[in-house]
Amino acid sequence: MTMTSGLDRRAPTTVRAARATELRRPQGKWALLFLSPWIVGLALLTAGPLLASLYLSFTNYDLLSTPQWAGVENYTKMFTADPLWRQSVLVTGVYVAVAVPLQLTFALLLASVLNRGIRGMSVWRALYYLPSLFGSSVAIAILWREIFGANGLFNNILGMIGIHSTTSWIGDPDWSLGTLVLLRAWEFGSPMIIFLAGLRQIPAELYESASLDGAGTVRKFFAITLPMLTPIVFFNLILQIISAFQVFGSAFIIGGGQGGPGNSMLVYTLYLYQAAFNNFQMGYAAAMAWVLLVIIGAVTAVNFWLSRYWVHYSDEQ
Amino acid sequence: MTTITQLVGKSTPPPATVPASRPSTAGRRAARALLYVVLTVGVVAMLYPLVWLLSASLKPADEIFGSVGLLPRSWDLSNYVNGWTSADGSTFGRPLLNSVVVSLGAVVGNIVSCSLAAFAFARLEFRFKRTAFALMMVTIMLPAQVTIIPQYILFHYLGWVNTYLPLILPKFFAVDAFFIFLMVQFIRGIPRDLDDAAALDGCNPGKIYLKVILPLLTPALVTTAIFTFLWTYNDFFSQLIYISESQLYTVPLALRQFIDGTGQSEFGPMFAMSVVSLLPTLVLFLIFQRLIVDGISTSGMKG
Repeated sequence: MTMTSGLDRRAPTTVRAARATELRRPQGKWALLFLSPWIVGLALLTAGPLLASLYLSFTNYDLLSTPQWAGVENYTKMFTADPLWRQSVLVTGVYVAVAVPLQLTFALLLASVLNRGIRGMSVWRALYYLPSLFGSSVAIAILWREIFGANGLFNNILGMIGIHSTTSWIGDPDWSLGTLVLLRAWEFGSPMIIFLAGLRQIPAELYESASLDGAGTVRKFFAITLPMLTPIVFFNLILQIISAFQVFGSAFIIGGGQGGPGNSMLVYTLYLYQAAFNNFQMGYAAAMAWVLLVIIGAVTAVNFWLSRYWVHYSDEQ
Repeated sequence: MTTITQLVGKSTPPPATVPASRPSTAGRRAARALLYVVLTVGVVAMLYPLVWLLSASLKPADEIFGSVGLLPRSWDLSNYVNGWTSADGSTFGRPLLNSVVVSLGAVVGNIVSCSLAAFAFARLEFRFKRTAFALMMVTIMLPAQVTIIPQYILFHYLGWVNTYLPLILPKFFAVDAFFIFLMVQFIRGIPRDLDDAAALDGCNPGKIYLKVILPLLTPALVTTAIFTFLWTYNDFFSQLIYISESQLYTVPLALRQFIDGTGQSEFGPMFAMSVVSLLPTLVLFLIFQRLIVDGISTSGMKG
C-alpha cells in the first residue's frame, strides 16, 4: 500500500487514510504496556544488577552481614596480590587464543568442502553439527573426562598406532587445558553453518570468470572465497571470542569443580564462581565480573578496529 | 548484530553448485571421490566419541575401558537399569522431568515476553524508541557473569534459592533480549498493510498483536522455543548455583552426581544416563533440523 507511506500527516483525504495515519501516531501507552515486562526485566534483572555489581565490587560482602565499603581494595588485591586470578586470566587467554582460531579454521574448511556440490549435503551438515548440538552438555564433559583419562579411549587409540601411554591427559597440568581446547574445537558446527550460509551468497560469476582465467581450486579459495567471506569470519570471530571467554561447564566438570591439576583448567568464570559461591566473597567476585566485562569489551573493540584492515564489505551498491 | 545476508550483500540467488557443472574428466572424478573419502573419515573421527559413549553404555563394567572396539561381547542393558534407579530408590526420571518443567517454563516465558517487546519495537511509535532499542541490543552482548551476583542476592533474599523461580521467572521479563531482536527482524518482514487493514476494521494495537502479528510470527516463535529449550536444558551454571536440593536436581546436576561416586562399577550407569540425557536434544534436532539450521545461519545463534 504505497498510498499511506506517501501520506502527509496534515492532509488525510479519506477515512481510510485517516485511520492508517492514526496508526502511525505515537502510541506511548500501548508501547508502555507491551514493553512493561521488558522494562521491569531491564531494571531489576539487567541494568540494576549491572550497577549493583559495580557498587559491590567496591565492598566486602559475604551475603550475611551488610556490605562494607572497601574502596579499590578488591581491584588492587586482584591485580597485585592474587596469583590465582592471574592464573585464571592466563588459562582463559590461552584457551580463547588457541581454541577459537582452531574452531573457526575447522568450520571454514568443512563449510568450503560441503559447499562444493556434495551429494546429501544436509545429511553431512547434520552429522558434522551433531557434536555442537551436544557439546555444552554435562554428558559430553563427562565423556571427555573419561576419554582422556589414564585408561581412556585416547590412550587406547594411541596404543593401536604403537604409542604406549598411561598418561592421564586430564591429570597432567601440561595437557589438561589442551583437552578443553580440543572439546571446543570439536564443536565447530554453528560457525560452520554460518559460513555455509555466507558461501552461498558469493556470486557464481566470480568463480566462473576465475576459472576462465585458469585459476585452480586453491587459488580461487584465497582470491575469491576468503576475501568475500571476511565479514562472516569477523562475525564468527566476535561471537566465538565472547562466548569462549565465558566458558564454564566443561572446565567445571572436567576439572572436577576445582580447576584441574595445578589449576591448569581454572578458567576465569570458574574462579569467579569459586569466589562467589564457595567462599562467599561477593564483592571480590563482582569486581572480577566487571574486569571480565572490560576485558571482553576491550578485545571486541580492538577486533573492530583491526577489522578495518582485513574485512572487506562487498555490498557497495 | 546483522544478519548474514546483510553482511555479504544479498545480491544473487544461491548458485546451485559452484564447480559441478563443468565436464567431468577422470582426474576430476577421482578428486571428487577423494572428497567423499575425506568427508567420511572426518565424520567417523568426529562422531567416534559419541558412538563410543553409546557402546560403553551397553558394555559390562570390565569391558568399558581398555578396548577401542565398539561392539560389546554381549549386549547388556543392565547399566541403564542400574543408572535409572539410584541407591535411595529415586529414579533418573525425576531430574528428567524437572529439566523438562524448567525448560518448558522458560520457553513460555520467552515466547510471551519477547514477542510483546518485539511488537512494540517493530510496530509502535513512541518516545525514546531508538534509545530503548539500542539499550536492548547492548544487553544481548552483556556477559551473564556481570549480573549474576546481584541477581543471586536478590533471589536469595526473596527466598527463591532452591526453587525454580530464578530459572524460569526472568524469562517472563524478556531478559533473553536476543530473541526480541530475532522477532523484531521477523515482524519487520510482515507487510504493514495487514496492520493497516486490521486498524481500519477497528482493531487496537492489542488486537493487531494477537490477531495479525502473532499468527504470522509462528516460525520465529518456534525457533525461539527450540533454542530456549536447548539452552535451558543444558544451562549448567544457573542450575548449579540456584539448586542444591537433590529432589530438585535437573539433568546436568544429576549427571554431575555420578562423577562424585568414583567406583569402577559406576561408569556404566553414568554413561547410560549420559546417553539418556542427550535424547531430548537429539529428538528435538531430528524433528526441527531445518529450523535449527536456519536459526543459526540467519542470526548467528549459538546452537
